[in-house]
Amino acid sequence: MHDVTLCLNGDVHRIRVEARRTLLDAIREDCGATGTHAGCEHGVCGACTVLLDGEPVRSCLMFAVQADGRELRTVEGLAKDGVLHKLQQSFIDHHALQCGYCTPGFLMLAAGLIEADPDLSDAALIDGLSANLCRCTGYANIVAAVRAVLGRAPS
Amino acid sequence: MSAAGEKDYQASPSPRLAPGAGRVVGQRVTRLEDAPLVRGDGMFAADVSFPRQLAMRVVRSPIAHGRLLSIDTAAARALPGVHAVWTAADVADIPPIPFRATKVRGLEPYCQPILAAGRVRYAGEPLAVVFADDAYLAEDAADLVVPDIEELPPVLDATAEPAEFLPGHSTEPTVVRKEYGDVAAAFRDAHAIVELALSVGRHSGVPLETRGAIARYDASRDLLELHGAAKKQHWNRDEIARLLGRPPAGVHLFEGHVGGGFGVRGELYPEDLLVCLAALRLRRPVKWIEDRREHMVATNHSRQQHHRIRAAVDGQGRLLAIDDVFFHDQGGYVRTHGARVVDLAAGMLPGPYRLPAYRVAGHFRLTNKTPAATYRAPGRFETTFVRERVMDAIAARLGLDRVEVRRRNLVTPAEMPHARPLDTLGTAVVLDSGDYPGLLDTALDRFGWTALQADLARRRGAGECVGAGIGFFVEKSGLGPSDGVRIAVDKTGGVELISGAASVGQGVETVLAQICAEALGIDYRRVRVVRGRTDRIEFGNGAHASRVTVMSGSATYRAALAVRAMALETAAGLLQAAASELSIVDGHVVRLADPGAPLMPLGEVARHMGPDSALMVGRTPGLSAERWFHSAHMTYPYGVHLAVVRIDRGTGEVRVERYLVANDIGRAINPMLVEGQLAGGFVQGLGGALFEEFRYDETGQPLSTTFADYLIPTLAEVPPLDLIVSEQAPSPLNPLGVKGAGEGGTNGVGAAIASAVDDALRRPGAVVSLPILPRTVHALLRT
Repeated sequence: MHDVTLCLNGDVHRIRVEARRTLLDAIREDCGATGTHAGCEHGVCGACTVLLDGEPVRSCLMFAVQADGRELRTVEGLAKDGVLHKLQQSFIDHHALQCGYCTPGFLMLAAGLIEADPDLSDAALIDGLSANLCRCTGYANIVAAVRAVLGRAPS
Repeated sequence: MSAAGEKDYQASPSPRLAPGAGRVVGQRVTRLEDAPLVRGDGMFAADVSFPRQLAMRVVRSPIAHGRLLSIDTAAARALPGVHAVWTAADVADIPPIPFRATKVRGLEPYCQPILAAGRVRYAGEPLAVVFADDAYLAEDAADLVVPDIEELPPVLDATAEPAEFLPGHSTEPTVVRKEYGDVAAAFRDAHAIVELALSVGRHSGVPLETRGAIARYDASRDLLELHGAAKKQHWNRDEIARLLGRPPAGVHLFEGHVGGGFGVRGELYPEDLLVCLAALRLRRPVKWIEDRREHMVATNHSRQQHHRIRAAVDGQGRLLAIDDVFFHDQGGYVRTHGARVVDLAAGMLPGPYRLPAYRVAGHFRLTNKTPAATYRAPGRFETTFVRERVMDAIAARLGLDRVEVRRRNLVTPAEMPHARPLDTLGTAVVLDSGDYPGLLDTALDRFGWTALQADLARRRGAGECVGAGIGFFVEKSGLGPSDGVRIAVDKTGGVELISGAASVGQGVETVLAQICAEALGIDYRRVRVVRGRTDRIEFGNGAHASRVTVMSGSATYRAALAVRAMALETAAGLLQAAASELSIVDGHVVRLADPGAPLMPLGEVARHMGPDSALMVGRTPGLSAERWFHSAHMTYPYGVHLAVVRIDRGTGEVRVERYLVANDIGRAINPMLVEGQLAGGFVQGLGGALFEEFRYDETGQPLSTTFADYLIPTLAEVPPLDLIVSEQAPSPLNPLGVKGAGEGGTNGVGAAIASAVDDALRRPGAVVSLPILPRTVHALLRT
């Protein structure tokens, strides 16, 4: 067993895990933040996307021990003081979610993309968002929601 | 006993909701569901946990077909932290999983046992279950379970001669036959006969959330709870109770958030019964969460059919008869749907066209693959592909334009309602309303079809391989027989709407709240919708078959009107006015003559109708009503799909350049949600048309068990999509005029893209199977 410190949305969690425990399971089960979802557990769908030191990563493909001491942000950390993050509000306004299962992963992916490059080109945005799978929306409303946050009109 | 609280307003038929957009109905209001979902506050199956819970892991057959000789569980049992390991012998008292009402008899021997006994019939079939302290440990233990299976030759081709399933039972449990008119005469007298052999590949819903089931037994109340339920909670509750020998009131199912349904989730599967049984026996909560690889071999597959179809036409390309023989690849067992998909395919194949004579034989055949059932537009995605291939073939044979041949055969508005001498799902097929030619024209205009043909010709001249395609479809929705809704106003003016419907993520809460708010005169955000729980309402038919807005929506409308009438009658007494002079606006009683002046909040009326109110002495208290909606017939949405594709001559890759879905659904309660259904449904159809397929090798080993092998469309594959949500043909069968919107986006995609690929290749009839893979197109480009 390994002692690991996860800094999750600004809160420090000291947990004890097996080396094989995925970061996803540690976030969900050991830290109790169940907003991050398992979709495929083999790194294709992106439902489990979190920000690790600001970078979108698939938490199903990392072990918790690899995140020891690093900064993690999940969907629970987006809203501040009860006010939704502009991406969250935009997803609601643009009907960018139906079942909502892929939504936390898309929100964190989009947050990572926008924070890395606020002037992201449309091509880069579409390339970036095509990393994750959604089975309900057909994607167009997700793109529209993120574009609106970037201050662009719907395409 | 004639007071408002008990008066039965059900006796008088509810008026129809006035056409056009209302105050809330018809508006693009944001969803009630969204706030918790964007915050990460959702409660999906995996998010449900109970103290002292055990994890269940299923040991699955690595072999497609064989005799199960023994299972060695000793090593698994010996692992510390393992509490039990069960095989078939441990659950021999539990009957196999039944199927729902179907007219087809004789399917019982083909039902799936909850753990394989004697035979294994598909790779992935549950053989044993392990219960351990946590999921990692349970998986370790499952790896130590060693089955001894004597392999038998697998049946993998549903078109081959049936084999033996069990002594006395072949792998063809039934043939669904439907027939009307003089088919033989039609073929004898035909000007031309077209004959096609067409296949649809095995694919399925594959929601982003896998299945999950969490059971706990509360001995203090003798109550068994199952969490992670969806879709059909009341039927599942009744069956779980029956199979486990408990009274239904001693079993409750709870639907939380649901990560997509699409037909596959919420059916009763072996794992649902196993967690319930374990919770009862082990006296600890038991949690099972399917992993993705399991999902690909355990959760219902769908679609795989092979059709041999012939059509007889006159000299103008008018259909005289269709004669279809098809083979439905059911997989290893008959699951909860029985032969439903075969029945739907047979009943819906004629689609939008006038068809004087029809004969169909649907061979329902078992194979050694994962069992199949419904997936969004079941039986229709398949038969729209088949029927529209036939229409293209007729056009090619007679030298007619593809659009014109359809126009000549479409049922016209003057022929509505159009009764076919056919049934499906136990209901007579009566196309209830529609202007098929009108919507076709609207769609072609919007797509710029005529100009497009010239543009495509120019591009072909410049060397591009491009084409346009069309598919016309008829959907079905609003399957009865009934649904009930209870609406209660509390003394703060808050409204609780309790429904027997379910939600698989499509926006049920918002839509029911909008209908309730429209009828009652309140803000839709004051409505709390309860669904998917057997402990709050005695009956329910759940969410499937595009039925919720039609059935539960209509029940909601009736219940809300009843509550409104009760409120006005009570308020009339309190305000010393006539009820007919009053109305409700923004949650307040007002005078019709002065609607801007609120007289009394609805909560105040509810308070006067409470159990302690002097007004209610001798009466049943509460500003509440329960109303039901019954329907003997389904309602039939319809529409057109149009596609433009470009083919890469080097790779054979098909790119869809742009696409249009036009769908008439009678009335859109929330156009934004309808568009969302069509857009999402289209992308699922795109997957089935071009990418998604469960493949097997020659020994029955599944080859599509990850998202790297089973290709769900990403944003990169999705073309610009134009949508026409048409409301030209309200259904006469319900007070809202609605038809379901859940499946029209998917229905015609295979058909339209196949038509477009033919057109690009300049080879009518080139596409004979779905998905249309690059290697197939590549080969077509070289022959």
